[in-house]
Amino acid sequence: MRRLLFVLPILLFVGLATYFAIPLVDGTDNSVIPSPLIDQPVPTFDLPPLPGREHGLSSADLKGQVQIVNIFASWCIPCRAEEPVLMGLSKTAHVPIRGIDQKDKPEDALKYLAELGDPYTSIGMDSDRHVSIDWGAYGAPETFIVDAEGRIRFKQAAPLTPADVKDTILPLLAKLGTK
Amino acid sequence: MRGWVLALLAALMLSRPAFAVDPDEMLKDPAQEKRAEAIGKQLRCPVCKTESIEESDADFTRDLRKVVRERVAAGDTDQQVLDYMHARYGDFILLKPPFEPSTWILWLAPPLLLMAGGALAWVVIRRRPAAAEPPALTEAERAAIEALK
Repeated sequence: MRRLLFVLPILLFVGLATYFAIPLVDGTDNSVIPSPLIDQPVPTFDLPPLPGREHGLSSADLKGQVQIVNIFASWCIPCRAEEPVLMGLSKTAHVPIRGIDQKDKPEDALKYLAELGDPYTSIGMDSDRHVSIDWGAYGAPETFIVDAEGRIRFKQAAPLTPADVKDTILPLLAKLGTK
Repeated sequence: MRGWVLALLAALMLSRPAFAVDPDEMLKDPAQEKRAEAIGKQLRCPVCKTESIEESDADFTRDLRKVVRERVAAGDTDQQVLDYMHARYGDFILLKPPFEPSTWILWLAPPLLLMAGGALAWVVIRRRPAAAEPPALTEAERAAIEALK
């Protein structure tokens, strides 16, 4: 009994240390904030198009078929790295990729798209970031998958890599019923 | 020298924690601005994570502050603004997390551990035998004391 009392603090310490060590070594990215918006309908919004373009982006556009929504900006360096992946996805995934251009100057955004290619079916300009905030975003790039009922089913708050596309995005799109 | 030290101490005491709010972000109505600041201090910056949105200099956080101020100006109650952010960013955004099953351990651990420690201390102190009387002096010791007098 007495000996147990001496061992108890050590056991407690080992238990806590293990508990705290697991997330450090199992590859969890603790900078990712879990989103309460998963399985929720997309927020209601209506964003204007880039100058010279016809279609912006509104919540009404996100109903009826599975779609990818990508928040990007010309000032965002990781977005540049992600752009080729989105270009590839736009050719292989057969779902619309919608862009939310976050806090960008229209001319910068147009230059960015001319330079790197435009994978987007349509782009809405979120000049004051309010719509990004409605999507629970905290930076760029962020990628969402929205199902045919207009519900957010997936979110990644980091640039998509080819591995993400192969291991996560394409399987999920297949599961949600796209060709 | 002493004057300098005093001046330095005074300056340190007068300084306020630096807030990142620019004057042009502030609401015109001082009462509303005060409320917005109080709300912002309860919201955790999702970019920098260890600061409130009132303290953070991140560009993104500026826009979060703006949203808070817009909602306050539009007549939202404090709770409505907090709920608005909570609906979008979850428990993460609240510097003071709500009391719910997933946070019970967080809230209850400190008082429970304190009580457990107190109970343990109580038991240990009660069990310890009262300090024994010091043994009486031997004849030889008494003799030695007498000799000293």
